[in-house]
Amino acid sequence: MRALLIALMLWATPSMAVQPDEVLDDPVLEQRAREISEGLRCLVCRNENIDLSNAELARDLRIVVRERLVAGDTDEEVLDFMVARYGEFVLLQPRFHAGNAALWLAGPALLLLGGGIAIAFIRRRRPESASDTLTEAERARLDALLKENDDV
Amino acid sequence: MTAELGHYALILAAIVAIAQSIVPLIGAQKRWADWMEFSVPTAQVQFLLVGISFAMLTWAFVTSDFSVELVAANSHSDKPMLYKVTGVWGNHEGSLLLWVLTLALFGAMVAWWGDNLPPTLKARVLSVQAMVGVAFYAFILFTSNPFTRLEFPPMDGNDLNPLLQDPGLAFHPPFLYIGYVGLSTTFSFAVAALIEGKVTPAWARWVRPWALAAWVCLTIGIGLGSWWAYYELGWGGWWFWDPVENASFMPWLISAALLHSAIVTEKRNTLKSWTILLAILAFSFSLIGTFIVRSGVITSVHAFASDPTRGMFILGILAVSIGGALTLFALRAHELRSNVVFGVLSRESALVMNNVLLAVSAGVVFIGTLWPLIAEFLTGAKISVGPPFFNIAFTPFFVALGMILPIGAMMPWKRAKLGKTIRPLTGAIALSLAVGCFIWATQTGGGMIAPIGGLLATWLVLGAATDLAFRAKAGQVSGGETFRRLRNLPRADWGKATAHSGLGILMFAAATITVWQTEDIRTMTPGDTFEKAGYTLRFDGVERARVENYISDMAQITAFKDGEVVAILNPEKRFYPVQSFPTTEAAIDRSITRDLYISLGDRQDDGSWAVRTWVKPYANWLWVGMLMMAFGGILSLTDRRFRIGAPAQKGSRVAAVPAE
Repeated sequence: MRALLIALMLWATPSMAVQPDEVLDDPVLEQRAREISEGLRCLVCRNENIDLSNAELARDLRIVVRERLVAGDTDEEVLDFMVARYGEFVLLQPRFHAGNAALWLAGPALLLLGGGIAIAFIRRRRPESASDTLTEAERARLDALLKENDDV
Repeated sequence: MTAELGHYALILAAIVAIAQSIVPLIGAQKRWADWMEFSVPTAQVQFLLVGISFAMLTWAFVTSDFSVELVAANSHSDKPMLYKVTGVWGNHEGSLLLWVLTLALFGAMVAWWGDNLPPTLKARVLSVQAMVGVAFYAFILFTSNPFTRLEFPPMDGNDLNPLLQDPGLAFHPPFLYIGYVGLSTTFSFAVAALIEGKVTPAWARWVRPWALAAWVCLTIGIGLGSWWAYYELGWGGWWFWDPVENASFMPWLISAALLHSAIVTEKRNTLKSWTILLAILAFSFSLIGTFIVRSGVITSVHAFASDPTRGMFILGILAVSIGGALTLFALRAHELRSNVVFGVLSRESALVMNNVLLAVSAGVVFIGTLWPLIAEFLTGAKISVGPPFFNIAFTPFFVALGMILPIGAMMPWKRAKLGKTIRPLTGAIALSLAVGCFIWATQTGGGMIAPIGGLLATWLVLGAATDLAFRAKAGQVSGGETFRRLRNLPRADWGKATAHSGLGILMFAAATITVWQTEDIRTMTPGDTFEKAGYTLRFDGVERARVENYISDMAQITAFKDGEVVAILNPEKRFYPVQSFPTTEAAIDRSITRDLYISLGDRQDDGSWAVRTWVKPYANWLWVGMLMMAFGGILSLTDRRFRIGAPAQKGSRVAAVPAE
């Protein structure tokens, strides 16, 4: 709980993250700057992006992002610049590479695994596949279950 | 004296819990009735003792007894009474005491209302419940004693943090805790069933109310936290994918899966081992959540190392309970096989798919939350996994869930025909596609998120309505007869429709607030106006005032539409000199279609003020959706079949009624 409270306190300091003087005149560039900022971690904060943070460092980073954009960088180049400077820790969305493959593939892999098991389970339960061979076993089981229920 | 009394009662409770975890277990093995019956008085006495302990701590907070270290650190004599009381659980030690209190309460409830449980099962459930209790008593007594006295009591308490004095935050932890602990009861039932070696439909019927109650409380707890964050943090965020939030979201997802799979076990006597596994997993995620929050391990491995005792202790509880339960599961699961048959297309299959999607999405949240830790451990690389990852990796599974939900919900048990199931839904399908296309065609930018959100919301709400209408044979019988049938539908059916519609509404709000929200940042001097989303906003000025223990800068902004005043908003900045702590109080004008959300920023050097304005479309639908889900769960809990006995106990009036 304490960690939560501290986190909340950090968040709840006045959230005037982007100051009016930082905003670029070109709305298209500004929009791109906002989107990039939302994906960059405020390195001194707890799980907060630089677009929302009030930390001095976050402000510096926001200004750097805008400077790079004004200088003509693509979004990807701005991110590369940040990673070169601060390491991959700065990215809130980890890049896909060998070290992170397990993270990115976890969802699809779990779906394949879970879905596969589920489909195998469901197919085994089909009446057609079961009724021919299992009638007697089923009946015995059914009786047992009914009995079990009576015992409960 | 009171603190010592509380401490003493807690130690006694721990001793009673030890007896309760051993004697009934042996009794159930040997079929000794009096040994099994021992579980009932011990469960009650244990609850009474923790109750006394909790009351003593509450008393120390209420009377501001600063000789107790915990009170001195977490309270203040000037705090309003409500927050003195809620301060009891607003800290590590007190919240753990609340945890064991709830645990003991749920055990006592099983003892009170479990008359129709088979005696061996009841004895084993109460024994397992007590084992969990023993672990947490030990944790509190050895690492987190709330009753420690100070040698030199301070004149006044330390904490008057204004930010935390908020009803939304005060009641958010208890609900989460009741949810977590409710899952301990389903865990106890699962482990007891594994020891018994059998799972019957009656077992599933006893378990389901607990799962449902836990899920409802988690829904309310998460909703309260989200609601608080929205208005308090000054920019209207409502979900952050923070590890601490994920810690409560994972049990929510798994308990949602559990309460669906328990239906299959109850009605069709199959999916037994999976239901058991989910019950174990749900509580495991609650424990992991506690571990994440308590140990600080997620912020950094180093935070964990700085206070390793508590972290190691919870890790130990985690290893023993999860490891033990899973081992038992591995040994016994094969005995739970059933040969019940059902078609590839059937309600059973649909609920299996529901479970796959919920479990996989919980898995994604789990891996995403722990990945920074795993990566640092394996390769030493420090990386971040933040909201952009979760939005991409999690959302598809919930979209898929929303797509199949209304069809699965209408499928008959055993064997369904796709055409026959879908026919009544044709209208719902056509209308939701139309809504999706309409949004796509009329929106400016935003991509596919809002159209999909609109489509899913319409689909889920109309699908739920179609289900009810179909059950009431609307169109086949007279209007009056339809109405009569609707009224006589089981409450569980109404609960299901309400909760599923709530999910749709929540999805819609989440989609639209994400892509349609617009923002404006500017500096303003009194008299300035600007246009925003059809509104004219006029900055009337800022007034400074000294209020109670803070200095307030309160702005007034008037919103006009077509020359008429729509709202007067007063965003405020507060500064608390004692704590030298600033806060913002955003001003929100709420309406059905949008929230107008304004935060006041800093005063600029030229005397103007920074003002940040958002228009947040359908923000209120978020809370409506969450409330509908919780209310649907409560409706279902009050269903007749939970109020009367389980199937094998016809005639018995008492059932395992869960907390509400």
